Amino acid sequence: MDTLQLLISGIANGCIYGLIALGFVLIYKASESVNFAQGDMMILGAFLAIALINTNQADLPFLLGLAIAGISLGVFGYLLDALLLRRVFGQPQLTMVVLTIALGFVLRFIIGAIWGHDPVGLETPMSGQRMSVGALTIPVVDAVIIVATVFLVAILWLFFARTRLGLAMQASSQNQMAAYYMGIPVKRVVSLVWALSGIVAAIAGVLFAAKGAVEPAAGLVFGIKAFAAAVIGGLGSLPGALAGGLLIGVMEPFAARHLPSHVAQVSPYALMLLVLILRPSGLFAQARQKKV
Amino acid sequence: MKPRFKTSYDADIDRFQGRWHRAQYLILVALALLAPWVLGSYYVGELSSVLVWSLAGMGVMLLVGHTGQVSLGHAAFMAIGAFTHLALMLRGWPFLPALLAATLASGISGALLARPILRLSGIYLAIATLALGILVEDLAIVAEPVTGGVRGLVAPPIELFGFTIDRHGTPVAFYYLCLSIVILVTLAYANLLRSPTGRAFIAVRDSEISAKALGVNIPRTKTLAFALSCAITGLAGALYAHLVQAVNFESFLVIISIALLLQVIVGGLGSIHGAFFGAIIIVVLPQGISIGRDLLGDIGIRVAAFPGLDMAVFAMIIIALMVLEPRGLYGVWLRVRTWLELFPLYRKGMFRRARSYLKTERLK
Repeated sequence: MDTLQLLISGIANGCIYGLIALGFVLIYKASESVNFAQGDMMILGAFLAIALINTNQADLPFLLGLAIAGISLGVFGYLLDALLLRRVFGQPQLTMVVLTIALGFVLRFIIGAIWGHDPVGLETPMSGQRMSVGALTIPVVDAVIIVATVFLVAILWLFFARTRLGLAMQASSQNQMAAYYMGIPVKRVVSLVWALSGIVAAIAGVLFAAKGAVEPAAGLVFGIKAFAAAVIGGLGSLPGALAGGLLIGVMEPFAARHLPSHVAQVSPYALMLLVLILRPSGLFAQARQKKV
Repeated sequence: MKPRFKTSYDADIDRFQGRWHRAQYLILVALALLAPWVLGSYYVGELSSVLVWSLAGMGVMLLVGHTGQVSLGHAAFMAIGAFTHLALMLRGWPFLPALLAATLASGISGALLARPILRLSGIYLAIATLALGILVEDLAIVAEPVTGGVRGLVAPPIELFGFTIDRHGTPVAFYYLCLSIVILVTLAYANLLRSPTGRAFIAVRDSEISAKALGVNIPRTKTLAFALSCAITGLAGALYAHLVQAVNFESFLVIISIALLLQVIVGGLGSIHGAFFGAIIIVVLPQGISIGRDLLGDIGIRVAAFPGLDMAVFAMIIIALMVLEPRGLYGVWLRVRTWLELFPLYRKGMFRRARSYLKTERLK
């Protein structure tokens, strides 16, 4: 029974990792680069939601606050790409990596300067409630996180498979030049992908803040961990990202229980290193080989 | 700019281009030697700090700037150097053998890790080294007999040629120690770049496929570059241990690795100068910000001490450089120098970058 309890809490955590990992994969697919500021964008989304929703702040209804936070992060992502990142388009990947790392530092500083460095929790309608299923008692938040993630992933899948914009995004991520010849405005589509990853980051941030407390410094650690999830799943694969996130989320509580604490702490990274060395393109790889 | 006539084949690979170029560097060394007479002991300590970070920067530069392999985990090798060095010194080894052993230890661990890791490229390599950096953080706690566990190790004073050198007791002697090591490493580095090995590094950076076609053994070259880079970084780590006097697992967090990479990028990838420029920025920026805050305080403007402000300013400099001048401060310096040399004939487009397109790493 204990194992099941751990499993459910692990899955809920894993869903959040998976959502951030989804953000990584979206950006990777669109621009073959990694957004090292993804964790900080998530924290930004969380703090925006807290400022909008908590009773001692703006005190808006939960869903309205969530929507505003999501839209703001979407606009932020779009403008980020349109104003800044587009200017280094086509330069070596390292440029983008460094740019987003630096961006993460700036974001972390801004969040800390505005909202302070103490951990804050988000007040939600379901905070603190528990429900019992058979002999299990599950925090309602965990159940909501799992349901919301499934829902979001289903929407994303439909978006990519069925809508014109989703298909355009797929096309420009697979071959920018060919997509451009087919009349797809590649630059704008890439900016829209950034907007989408901003929205996903905001939702992940809200779910994360609803489960526990957030602080500005958490962005880096959480980002790197979600990054491990994305790499384990394979950077180019959306379902892989979610699976990687779930794997890490489930692994963590079990490792913490059965292994010495130092080993448990680094287990996600050790797993990532192992996957990288044995199967460099991830467990759910899309790429096979680089050509000239 | 005076045209230079080459009268021998050696002139092509000479370390200095002409007499004036050589004189400039002699003047620089002379200034560095004279600095302790002018500056107070606090600033001499800061200069030592610049030198140590330049050394670490050169290690990263060799790998990232000249071989084109990105590393986000070089603090791990600083840690290996620092802990090996201190552990040996605390067991009674003299300074120089311990320093040498630490350099070798980090170089060898780099060589051992290079084989599996360097099969990756680009972003994947960056991620793998990042994971390595995180693993070493915890390893430093677990390997208690060597690293002193959570408490860490305290650096003993250095006994060298009958002198006792201590960072706080005799800052000037410590400065000269750092300076001599840095000069030796810089000369070795500059010579390496003129040798076939160094050219092979640069060839691998610019195009692996062409390097292969020219007969460069890619895995060997990459492994060698990784080992040399780790050795230099380990040496810097050992000196860093003396600079800060005590190290534990928190001295070499992943954030230090990231800062090291950012340092060489701010300085300018692909130039030895860049390592020094970057180190100067890393050391001077926090000082400059706190001095600026004091000045504002003196004229009545109270500025709250934001934690992380120096890192944020540093990050904004990086963003500006990445967009405007990807070759970093060295690139800015090149422009300024060319402007001065050509005055008034400098044209605007002289350093315009070639247009480049994204090269995909995926099959599809």
